Amino acid sequence: MNPEELLYAETHEWVSLDDGVATVGISAFAVEQLNDLVYMDLPAVGAKLSAGEEFGEVESVKAVSPLYSPVDGEVIAVNEALPENLDWLSEDPYRLGWIMKAQVDNEDALRSLLDYAAYQRQCSESA
Amino acid sequence: MLYRIGAGGVIKGLRPLILRVAVACIVMGFVLGEMTQPLAKTPLHAWHCSANASMAPFAGFEMPVHYGSIVTEHHRCRNGAVLFDVSHMGRLRFEGDGAAQLLDHLLTRQVVDLAPGRVRYALVCDARGGILDDVLVSRVCTPAGNDYFLLVVNAANRQKLLTWMQPHLADFPRVTVSDRTEITAMIAIQGPRSLQISSGLFKTDLRKLRYYRTVVTEPFSKPVIASRTGYTGEDGLELIVRAEDAQRIWSNWMLAGRKDGICAAGLGARDTLRMEAGMPLYGHELDESINPFEAGLEFACDLEGRSFIADDSLQKLRQVGTPRIRVGLFPEGTRPIREGANILDTSGASIGRVTSGGPAPTLSRPIAMAIIDRSQAAVGTTVVVDNRGRSQAAVVCPLPFYKRGT
Repeated sequence: MNPEELLYAETHEWVSLDDGVATVGISAFAVEQLNDLVYMDLPAVGAKLSAGEEFGEVESVKAVSPLYSPVDGEVIAVNEALPENLDWLSEDPYRLGWIMKAQVDNEDALRSLLDYAAYQRQCSESA
Repeated sequence: MLYRIGAGGVIKGLRPLILRVAVACIVMGFVLGEMTQPLAKTPLHAWHCSANASMAPFAGFEMPVHYGSIVTEHHRCRNGAVLFDVSHMGRLRFEGDGAAQLLDHLLTRQVVDLAPGRVRYALVCDARGGILDDVLVSRVCTPAGNDYFLLVVNAANRQKLLTWMQPHLADFPRVTVSDRTEITAMIAIQGPRSLQISSGLFKTDLRKLRYYRTVVTEPFSKPVIASRTGYTGEDGLELIVRAEDAQRIWSNWMLAGRKDGICAAGLGARDTLRMEAGMPLYGHELDESINPFEAGLEFACDLEGRSFIADDSLQKLRQVGTPRIRVGLFPEGTRPIREGANILDTSGASIGRVTSGGPAPTLSRPIAMAIIDRSQAAVGTTVVVDNRGRSQAAVVCPLPFYKRGT
């Protein structure tokens, strides 16, 4: 997945929408800032999420970070191998490091997400 | 997207964009409200910035948390050598007639019998036996024949101790106490290759300096106090140098260790290393509401045949026994348990709390320290940790988690 074509939440989750299904992960910037990931929790398949709702968490050596759903919808798949392969998040955050797929209820909600340029601006302001 | 883990568990509410500060807040349980004062900089501050360190406030100083990866720095220390800037630690000098007697009165360890060139770990306890600080006391002898004592104290406790000891100084009018923190820097080299890297840099062959000994020597013609001490569970040295010499000594040490893969390590790795080594950290395993017996530091109390500020209370506490004790925990599974988490016995009654916890890079698993009821403290006992709303089993294990050479 090309990071330039993704949408981003202010809380650093990325979204790729394809035929009503959103694939969600966290950005390379977030992974780098978190530093040394050691643990993650995935949502349950079938869970109903609204945008902004917590759906999992990642832990680094020193911090715990909740993951917030960028979309309204139902979880239809999770990357079950990811918690055992946290390196994927730093090595390949936009492909191997995907976290969940959700069937989106309301695509309008995606309009509040940032495009790549806006997200880059947010990151450079906080770096 | 970040939570802060501090005393009392997880606090939500940091904006997602201040990850760096939040990471450091976790390292030391720092309260954001205290960040209003301008931060002090160590003499190595410019070096850290040029090395792209992630900087954060710690006990009033802006300190490096890591230079890229806490885990990498941790492993380098276990397998090679790393340099830490620990200039935030307080350095107090006691000299003049009665300096040994004054310190003997203030500390839980005997000081009057401390031979020149020796270092001792000790506690400062108040009259109730609560721990005000844990310290290293050294008897330093300069080549010119000056003999004085140096107390290395925790950064956050320096002012508190200076204020607290004030009334006791009156009985020792010929003792001068000077705070050397700001005019000096402190650098630690830690790891199995530390001494080999340092050999040749100093006038004295420090490979001959024994554990918990100190010497005044010169690297690169700069006077320094070198001690065979540390806070990582590895061999190494801690150096106190003049502030103006710090940058040069640091850079030369880096150069000398280049082929051994030396790197700088920040407070993040310092915390994971000391945790694996089972070493207590003030503000976590130690504070004024915890006494030395609960902290498992009875060895740091010389109670026989001497009188000092806390001796009465400590004698009594030892006699009566304390209901709780510091233990190590191995959480089940891979999810770390963190400071502040409540601990229950298998029937659901609260028996204590986690004082430090997180991943142990050397052991590739989570570890924690906790202060819990003695009745549940036997090695092998299973307890239940409330890990942010989820119950997670943990097993009491012996400390330390890691011992070098094993």
